[in-house]
Amino acid sequence: MDVRHHWGGPKLYNFNFEPVLAGFDQLLIGAWLTIQLSCAAMILGLIVSILCAAGKTSGIAPLRWVIDAYIEIIRNTPFLVQIFFIFFGLPSLGLRLSPNSAALLALVVNFGAYGTEIIRAGIESIQKGQVEAGTALGLSKLQIFRYIIMKPALRTVYPALTSQFIYLMLTSSVVSAISADDLAAAGNDLQSATFASFEVYIVITLMYLAMSVGFSAVFSVIEKAAFKYPLSR
Amino acid sequence: MLIRPFGWNEFWIIVMAAQWTIALSAIAFAGGGIGGLFIALARVSDSKWPRLLATGFIRIFQGTPLLMQLFLVFFGMNIMGFAINPWLAAAVALTLHASAFLGEIWRGCIEAVPPGQREAATALGLRYYNRMRYILLPQASRIAVAPTVGFLVQLIKGTSLAAIIGFTELTRQGQIINNATFSPFMVFGTVAAVYFVLCWPLSVLARRMETRFSRATAR
Repeated sequence: MDVRHHWGGPKLYNFNFEPVLAGFDQLLIGAWLTIQLSCAAMILGLIVSILCAAGKTSGIAPLRWVIDAYIEIIRNTPFLVQIFFIFFGLPSLGLRLSPNSAALLALVVNFGAYGTEIIRAGIESIQKGQVEAGTALGLSKLQIFRYIIMKPALRTVYPALTSQFIYLMLTSSVVSAISADDLAAAGNDLQSATFASFEVYIVITLMYLAMSVGFSAVFSVIEKAAFKYPLSR
Repeated sequence: MLIRPFGWNEFWIIVMAAQWTIALSAIAFAGGGIGGLFIALARVSDSKWPRLLATGFIRIFQGTPLLMQLFLVFFGMNIMGFAINPWLAAAVALTLHASAFLGEIWRGCIEAVPPGQREAATALGLRYYNRMRYILLPQASRIAVAPTVGFLVQLIKGTSLAAIIGFTELTRQGQIINNATFSPFMVFGTVAAVYFVLCWPLSVLARRMETRFSRATAR
């Protein structure tokens, strides 16, 4: 780091982005893993959410208690502690995971809890008459759940789900604490190799910002394409 | 290295570390409350520049990870000539973070006050300060209570990231104890339980207030 004194004035810091640019390909690889990790966690987490939301609205009391306990525990403890518990704690139960798999598992478990509440709210927004109409039309239970409940429910909660996803992507930076290979971890490696800490983290922060702006744009395109009905159908 | 078992002593060391989590949360919440009020007021301001600046501030803090915000403040303070101090860096970063989030939450609450209230206040000849102080903010604050308590839960959980920059609060104390006892299941289970005890009552309170409020306004 280059620190110069100006005629007895305050210390001036000269920014040096060269080492960051030299290691930029490392950061891109890290960013790609962050994107993959977030997308995989979102898809798996969405499946967990739909199953748990279905379980919660099924009317089976013990199932509802278990799902409620899962949601409350996850939503009232920090993600960092959850990932430490999974990465360091589970091996003592015989489940040893690589940092990347532990990161994925932790993100899925975390997203599942928030996603369940969002999807449950969507399911509860469907009027009873809709389901009754489906039964009257002779649709099977699965068809009713898929076409009459889930489709409009997902459309209703789409904005909430997408902002939860962007939050998941930002939260995924915490997996660097167990040295997974994501963007934040790539940044940690680069800063300890170059000592240009501030510059490295400025660049990484901007990369996260770009990813969250990018994902918002992609989500609004998907929204326009997927939820045009009933106009287009 | 000497490995000692996880006993009552270790349990209490972890539980007592919660005081630092509470202190950090309290500082960030108080600082964020003041900052958030200014951000919210700037966000609903009639003039363009405060509105733009506040929007930019919120976008940046909501669009980047809290962990990066902590790192930037931590290393940023260092190059500005301050000695490295995880406690101060965590307090500053979490205060800025809370300012942005509370600012955005409270903006929504101010805008949720029916526009007739503002018009009536203007018609009565109240200027900006009195209009905010006596008409808009008191009504907005009633709407704001539930989501603010909800955010406090987020903030308490967020303080755990201060462990990564080396501030010894609840999570970091857990890591230290884990390094000495090698019983991660017990250690992080205990840490999680302490966070749960801190956060869960607040979550329940926020939910209750929200239900009561929506029932009261549904009439």
